[in-house]
Amino acid sequence: MIAFAQAAEAAKAPHIDWGALSPAVALVGGLCLVLLLGLARARSVRTVAVPVLTLIALGVTAGLSVWQWNDNASIIEGALAMDDFTRGLTLLFCAAGVGTVLLSWRSAAAAEAGEGEYYALLLTSILGMVILVAAENFVVLFIGFELLSIPLYVLCATHMRREHSLESGLKYLIIGSVGSATLLYGLALIYGATGSTDFSGVAAAAGEVSDDPLMLAGVALVVAGLAFKASVAPFHQWTPDVYEGAPTPITAFMAVATKAAAFGVLLRLFDVALISTSGTWGPALAALALITIVIGNVGAIGQSSLKRLLAYSSVAQAGYMLAGVVVSTRLGIQATIFYLAGYVLMNMAAFAVIVARERETPAGDDISSMYGLGADRPLLAWPMTIAMLSLAGFPATVGFFGKLYLIQAAVDNEYAWLGVAIVVGSAISLVYYLRVIAAVWMRPASDATPVAGGRVPGARPAMAGGSQEADAGVPERRHDTTLDSLEIDDGEGTAAVAAGGTRRLRQPEVTFVAVLCGLATLAFGIWPDPLFELARDAGAAIASLV
Amino acid sequence: MTIHLSILIFWPLVFGVAGTLVPRNAAPVFALVGALVPLGYAVLMLFDFDLAARGLQYLTDDEWIPDLGIHYRLGVDGLNLWLVALTTLLFAASALWLVFRPPPRASLFALHFGVAETAVLGAFLAQDLGLFVLFFDLMLVPFYFLVGIWGGPERIAAAVKMVVYTLVGSLIMLAAAAATAVLSARGGNDLSFAFSDLVANRLPESTQKWIFVAFALAFLIKMPAFPFHGWMPDAYRTMPLPALAVFSGVVSKVAAYGFLRVTLPLFPDAVHDFQTILLVLALLSILYGSVMAFTQTNARLILGYSSVAQLGFITLGLFAADNAAAGAQGALMQSIQHGLVVAPMLLVIVLLAERAAGSEDIRDMGGIAFRAPVLAGLFLVATLATLAMPGSANFAGEFLILLGMFNDQQVFAFIASIGVVLAGVYALRLYIRAMHNRTGPAVTSFEMSVRDGLVLVPLVLAIVAFALKPQAALDHAEPSVKRAVAPVLQAGGSQQAATEVRP
Repeated sequence: MIAFAQAAEAAKAPHIDWGALSPAVALVGGLCLVLLLGLARARSVRTVAVPVLTLIALGVTAGLSVWQWNDNASIIEGALAMDDFTRGLTLLFCAAGVGTVLLSWRSAAAAEAGEGEYYALLLTSILGMVILVAAENFVVLFIGFELLSIPLYVLCATHMRREHSLESGLKYLIIGSVGSATLLYGLALIYGATGSTDFSGVAAAAGEVSDDPLMLAGVALVVAGLAFKASVAPFHQWTPDVYEGAPTPITAFMAVATKAAAFGVLLRLFDVALISTSGTWGPALAALALITIVIGNVGAIGQSSLKRLLAYSSVAQAGYMLAGVVVSTRLGIQATIFYLAGYVLMNMAAFAVIVARERETPAGDDISSMYGLGADRPLLAWPMTIAMLSLAGFPATVGFFGKLYLIQAAVDNEYAWLGVAIVVGSAISLVYYLRVIAAVWMRPASDATPVAGGRVPGARPAMAGGSQEADAGVPERRHDTTLDSLEIDDGEGTAAVAAGGTRRLRQPEVTFVAVLCGLATLAFGIWPDPLFELARDAGAAIASLV
Repeated sequence: MTIHLSILIFWPLVFGVAGTLVPRNAAPVFALVGALVPLGYAVLMLFDFDLAARGLQYLTDDEWIPDLGIHYRLGVDGLNLWLVALTTLLFAASALWLVFRPPPRASLFALHFGVAETAVLGAFLAQDLGLFVLFFDLMLVPFYFLVGIWGGPERIAAAVKMVVYTLVGSLIMLAAAAATAVLSARGGNDLSFAFSDLVANRLPESTQKWIFVAFALAFLIKMPAFPFHGWMPDAYRTMPLPALAVFSGVVSKVAAYGFLRVTLPLFPDAVHDFQTILLVLALLSILYGSVMAFTQTNARLILGYSSVAQLGFITLGLFAADNAAAGAQGALMQSIQHGLVVAPMLLVIVLLAERAAGSEDIRDMGGIAFRAPVLAGLFLVATLATLAMPGSANFAGEFLILLGMFNDQQVFAFIASIGVVLAGVYALRLYIRAMHNRTGPAVTSFEMSVRDGLVLVPLVLAIVAFALKPQAALDHAEPSVKRAVAPVLQAGGSQQAATEVRP
């Protein structure tokens, strides 16, 4: 006993600034409570109290971040930087988390996996993101990385009774592990070259060893490892498959929050720790950005599944944002953060509409699920339209200013050709974004014909998952297996489904997410000052840049 | 008196949005109110405009997005005064047309119509490059919907083609605009997109060149000029005619205006370097457009290709770069005139199609004038104005353009005069095949209704009025145009001087 006390004294536990750490503490507390509450037997507790508690945890986290605003501190012996950069991104994660919870509310995935586990995993993943973007040390960085990833592997597979979901989870697990291993190897090599795991130590030593093969190999492996997570080409191949197979709310979460976290860590790692070697990784990342823009945009053109389309679109958007990382100026960081904030809003709006239609129509996430939306459902049609216009970079949406900001940042630091790449990519992207808008407004609902193959009926369970009154008259448990629904939809069923398979469901929370994010996309496109302020503060926190 | 340009710009948008909230059959009325008030405002402005004052009037100048250097800066001078008036007139006429002939899903139509007017007016009035690009790109959105939802067969393909084509240019222009502002701010200036700041910190010639190419591409596609007109036939074929009337009437003019407002003052050295290429493109547009207009049988396409030719003339005038700036003045005049003429002609196609069993092909028409003398008379006035009948404003415009060319580039002037002749050929062909000739098998000729007259007669009267007194516009425009062209003349002069000194 005495020996233990002596040992503890000798180890000298680091001082912890609990105030600065409070957002992360709130997440830990929230996830524990959610997990415990999920054990309750009463259905109402599981389906109502658990999501509400998750929302509260996210709200508290966001509130604590705002409370700590402008108070930049490096805590726990330089392990975590709780600065405005971290907190700005934490706000984005919380926004994405709130959206995901609302989209998951009636989804079959949460019910099948158990609400407690589902929402606790979601909070864990967000905790991992916060730690990842706050990390100022390679070990902490890797812990955050894994804490982010592992819950996501599980969440992808939560729609257990659908084989695509399991496949998606497994695929993500394998590829994600490869990415993690690559990252870890790279971090180890950089440590070997510089002799430090602290960002500040690495930054101090990196200048001298910038041509050291050990260092170069380390940086290359780190880029590859993070590129997996950010779905930067050519490490993006998992993205469409995983996005398509995962439950749509989780897809939305991955597309939005994971991307924000990956770019957060890219910004901090490259623009703080490795800034003095920017001459070596700058051109390489610029080339990756170019490849990503082209591959993402070209890949999206032929897609008929909206989730796949948005997966490729997210690859392309990753390319645009990578341009902001490449320029490695404060302007670049600000532009990237600004774009990320807008990106969260516009993608959330789009995914909310997809979730809603997936439950309502037999077409699943096929583009034909959007047919006739403009005439029948303006509250879903407009958010989708605004989201697509914003992703394409049309004016009066936040996407326009995001692109303009990125282009300015690129031109400002002699990367004018990357600015041109961004606009050329946007020009290509019009082809598929406009196709979605055309589906929403210009095609009558009667045009929709179920697509052949198992995927479409397979997507059906999502709609059966939630509201009970809508399921009246539907054969019991038809959503349980893909095979079941295949049998029902085959034969003369297809014609009937095309005409009358669409139903209106009461899912106000999904409409709410869509409308709110759509309005925000529009509002920030007209008055973007709050987002600029967020970007400015976040950029100011990274002091090593001009 | 104080005129708030913001009210002028956003009034149509507000009423367009309001139109979606009211019952469906009231929506066109909302659109009409949304279009009539700006018209009144613009007319007021024509009378109130101070001829003696230099520079911008009714200036609105607020900082909008300091991080990007974009100002909310609006103003009127001789360059945009008449174009704003034209815009409000054509939109008001089209809105009235919609009240009498409401389209399906009228409230949605009214919304896009309002957005379109706001975007066009915004592009004309913006005095900040960022704001200009924003409105320029925004113009495309409502027309995408107008083609895609209310268009004829193949509408979706046509809409996508139109947007992709024109937005490629616009996006490259966006990058170029960002580059202009960032590079102008290099010398320690604040980042600013305001035209006045950009003119003050003009870029070096080598940078001007590639930025000019980006802007010219955007404008030439939008016009459209040969060989960037690929989107035009499909879009013209399918766009609903009330929308096409404003599209052809004013949207293409924004591009011409963009040359005058943006490229000439900001990139004069590049304009001087690329002058010959632009002039050749303009000539090709004139010849190609005229020949194609002569060979088409679809009435919309005849007018579409004639627009290509007319915009070729306008481009020719813009880049004439003569000392008196006659070419540019003629181009501005021609822009107004073409807008005034093409809108009623496109609306007349609706009436022609009604009499030719729904066909817009001139082979199915003929003999329509027989029982419709008033309609034929109105159509004749517009036709004669198209072919630049002496006495028409078109004549004055083309005359000025050719005058500007003769001073400097006789060869171009000679070739361009062929275009004047060809205009007579295709315009008269359209008129004769539609109105006279043997009566088509499915044609039932009847006079137009009072309602249609309410829309068309004022437009035709405007053509006549403008023909009688083209000087009114020239008086307003001359000082501003001269100021816009002056940097190009300087650039030309200094380069000439340089080459003279060298040997």
